[in-house]
Amino acid sequence: MMQNLFHTLLRGLVVLLVPIAGWQATVTLSGIPQYILPGPILVAQSLWDNAGLLWQNALWSAGNLGLGLLAGIILGIETALMLALSPRARWLLRPMLVIAQAVPVFALAPVITLWLGYGMPSKIVTIALVTYFPITSALFDRLVALPAGLVDLSQLSGGNPCRELLFLRLPHAVPGLLSGLRLAVVYGPLAVLIGEWVGSSQGLGHLMLMSNGRGQTALMFAALLVLAFLSLCLWLAVEALSRWATRLLLCG
Amino acid sequence: MTAPAIHIEGALHRAQSLLIDRFAITFAAGGWSALLGASGVGKTSLFRLIAGLPSAALLDGQIAASDGAPIGPRVAMMAQDDQLLPWADALDNIMISARLRGDLLQPDHAAALLSDVGLAGFERRKPAQMSAGQRQRVALARLLYEDRTIVLLDEPFSALDVMTRVATQDLAARLLAGRTVVLITHDPAEAIRLADVAWIATRAGILPCPLPAARPPRPPEAVSTLSSQAALFQRLRLISETGAA
Repeated sequence: MMQNLFHTLLRGLVVLLVPIAGWQATVTLSGIPQYILPGPILVAQSLWDNAGLLWQNALWSAGNLGLGLLAGIILGIETALMLALSPRARWLLRPMLVIAQAVPVFALAPVITLWLGYGMPSKIVTIALVTYFPITSALFDRLVALPAGLVDLSQLSGGNPCRELLFLRLPHAVPGLLSGLRLAVVYGPLAVLIGEWVGSSQGLGHLMLMSNGRGQTALMFAALLVLAFLSLCLWLAVEALSRWATRLLLCG
Repeated sequence: MTAPAIHIEGALHRAQSLLIDRFAITFAAGGWSALLGASGVGKTSLFRLIAGLPSAALLDGQIAASDGAPIGPRVAMMAQDDQLLPWADALDNIMISARLRGDLLQPDHAAALLSDVGLAGFERRKPAQMSAGQRQRVALARLLYEDRTIVLLDEPFSALDVMTRVATQDLAARLLAGRTVVLITHDPAEAIRLADVAWIATRAGILPCPLPAARPPRPPEAVSTLSSQAALFQRLRLISETGAA
């Protein structure tokens, strides 16, 4: 047990430290100017010096991300349930869902910013839109893919569609929801960046653009690191949720 | 609860092609009827028609219960695959149909049935924590919880190893006594062991099949069982070679 923990820590350390060392070595040995590629020490220094600024902007971005994800997830689950329950809604909305998947939703960011302005609403809508479709389609695909034997069981029992959805289809579709969530937490931070690049006066994406324009490359890297850390946290949260749900559904 | 007999007559079609030519058969009231036949002959399609489930085949004829009441609401089914919910424990699996209807749940009754099938203490186990034989017994308990008078069994024992199969067959024969049970099987030994009446489905029609005089469940090692089994085996081989009897 202790040995396992030690090995995990060691592996994490190696995986983290080796690329950083390689990065510093590249910078030192090649003599690339720091406004092109600052070394990790410089980036760490910038991270420390601008901690307040980064924190403020990260808070704004994370707030948007959280609200956008929440809206996208809730709307996505609701749409998938409605589609699974109503053949008419399916007939009407399913082609739209397919088309929306083919069109890169990211491309809508300028339009959304035009309509909703530079503030939070346009960011939240962009993030929600980008996470909504993968959640909807991943969940819906599993909801309608109930094994034939269970469909028979439901029909023979004489139950109603709402209870079938709640007690058979929904538990069966949990893995679909989880894979939708995995996609959502990958797309979400991307949508944060794009929304802020298109037009914003705050946030990590905004900070990256600003520092890039001013030649503060180290600060740009620092902002990028913070965003990556945010993404990683979300991803780990979904992984943990996924493990917990799988254990809950399949054993004990 | 009086179990009705089921009469079926007609011809079974799928799309434009004939599956089983004109036949008239009766599944005995309150007894076990076996329906034998090669895979693909249309046994399962016929089953789904009896249960009122969507079927790939069409019956040009009629299915009726001897008491004239509709069959569908009185049917419970069990298949080769146990069809248990992987996320639910044994008790919840047994009560799932009641839960789907919104009926009041009776966990004590479900636990009693679980102990009837020899799985007392397995109430909170999930399917992944049970063997194939145990899962099939939970499926049997679920069938009993439904308490329907007509029971359709679609090769329910075929995925089990021989000794487990014999034990599960005995258990099912004991617990399903008094109901009209129809058993689809391609195993001559199973039909000879369990059936009061047996039928063989072929393209040319559905033919009666003689059975030993002893009452089912017949011991699998008895000479009369084995010799009937041999005769049936020979007949099935003849059917598969010539396409008819």
